[in-house]
Amino acid sequence: MAAPVALHLEFGGGAELLFSGQKEHHVTLPSQSEPWDMKQLLVWIQRNLLKERPELFVQGDSVRPGILVLINDADWELMGKLDYQLQDKDNVVFISTLHGG
Amino acid sequence: MAQEVCSLKAQLEEREKEISALKNKLAQLEKKGHGSELKLQNKVEPLSPLSGKPALSNQDIMRYSRQLLLPELGVKGQLNLSKTSVLVVGCGGLGCPLAQYLAAAGIGRLGLLDYDEVELSNLHRQVLHGEENQGQAKALSAAESVQRLNSTVECIPYHLQLTPENALQLIQQYDIVADCSDNVPTRYLVNDACVLSGTPLVSASALRMEGQLTVYNYKGGPCYRCLYPVPPPPETVTNCSDGGVLGVVPGLMGCFQALEVIKIASGQGSSCSQQLLMLDAQDLRFRSIRLRPKQAGCAVCGENPSVTRLIDYEAFCGSAAADKCRKLHLLSNNQRITVQEYKSIVDNSSPHILLDVRPLVEVEICNLPFSLNIPLSSLEDRRSEDIQLLQERVSQLKQQMAGDSQPAVYVLCKQGNDSQKAVQVLEKMSGSEVDSIAVKDICGGLVAWAMKIDPTFPQY
Repeated sequence: MAAPVALHLEFGGGAELLFSGQKEHHVTLPSQSEPWDMKQLLVWIQRNLLKERPELFVQGDSVRPGILVLINDADWELMGKLDYQLQDKDNVVFISTLHGG
Repeated sequence: MAQEVCSLKAQLEEREKEISALKNKLAQLEKKGHGSELKLQNKVEPLSPLSGKPALSNQDIMRYSRQLLLPELGVKGQLNLSKTSVLVVGCGGLGCPLAQYLAAAGIGRLGLLDYDEVELSNLHRQVLHGEENQGQAKALSAAESVQRLNSTVECIPYHLQLTPENALQLIQQYDIVADCSDNVPTRYLVNDACVLSGTPLVSASALRMEGQLTVYNYKGGPCYRCLYPVPPPPETVTNCSDGGVLGVVPGLMGCFQALEVIKIASGQGSSCSQQLLMLDAQDLRFRSIRLRPKQAGCAVCGENPSVTRLIDYEAFCGSAAADKCRKLHLLSNNQRITVQEYKSIVDNSSPHILLDVRPLVEVEICNLPFSLNIPLSSLEDRRSEDIQLLQERVSQLKQQMAGDSQPAVYVLCKQGNDSQKAVQVLEKMSGSEVDSIAVKDICGGLVAWAMKIDPTFPQY
């Protein structure tokens, strides 16, 4: 059994509006047989945090185009993306790209 | 004799006055950027090569002395700035402070592009434009301001829309491009044109209380498409006229853009390639993120690019290359009424509910009397207090009405998009979650009301 994983989740660039405007969330993923990965985290967020319009956050099994995912201040593309195995105290940021000027 | 001396003295005095007037006139002309006048460009034309300064004049030394003292810049850096041309795409909240600092620092040539005109609602953030410039081309207004600040900078105002047809020809003529635009298609267009012409791109954006900055296509780093290979769904994109923006936020981001442009132009180099700088102005927090490198599979800068010339970016993104609002058409004609029809309903005192579905912050700016405010998001979430409130008002209305007719609910928002969505939600709720109601959308919302019914009603 993998131990529970405590995470610091952050939403920004307007993505927080899908989570009642709350930018920071301290969550604990329950213990499960397999280690938690990003793919499972996205499902967990949809089931537990996402209040409205999931299509504005996810598309297929990933985030929708225009949302950048950062794991511990690095682009998730550098960290294995959906397969990244979450560690206790990881910081995961979902940031919507801005286009205004 | 004495008379002759007097007359000669008078004549001499006269000539001296003339000479002094001529000298003044000459000095003024010379001051005005070597006699060059700003000419607003409506199309892209070839530019003469930018020679830059061979050496600094005494005037230059005095003007730039405080930055010349920096070992990071020095005389060499200053001369490099004078040899560099920068194209500013968008003379708005980002472009104004950017152009201002580039001109002040002594950049050689500044292309200022914007298709739009100055409006009153621009002035809180687009700080190169003044009240007297309303209605004027932004590019010209910005160029005039910048020219007043530093007449030795060559300014070229472009009053045109950047398109796949003209972008490459224009961007090829500049050493660095700064993306200060306000929409997704233009961001992809600018990126692709920069990749195809090998031009570094300093890109920033701002909305509400947040800003982002990255340098693309620079020293082997990623381009915009490496990061965002697929454009966002249009309905997820918020512009400044919908979401709002605090003026100082694009102001800060434009200054950061100026900083990176100056570092690249002077030869110091930017440290923002493959980095994303994010500003959260609410918590005043900066964050610098390490980004992915250039992607081998990128459609434009990858190893086997599929984009080898500019494409139709509005089609690619599914949205227009402007930050103007889109008009939704979700309902049939019998589900909508015009503002004129609604006016006669009010004039006839026909019993109805006017439901304003804008967020509270907008209702506080202005509202029609007797309207009930339930934001669209509360309806979509089926917020129980709000549904209860609506049901109470529907019941009251039913009591006032004779017979079995359905109570009428007219739905209103700013410009008639959200109200259509609300009508769809309410129709689903009608007869189940609330009593049966007849719901209609007021076409064009409060904007139409202000334009066609009540010119004294505020617009925002």
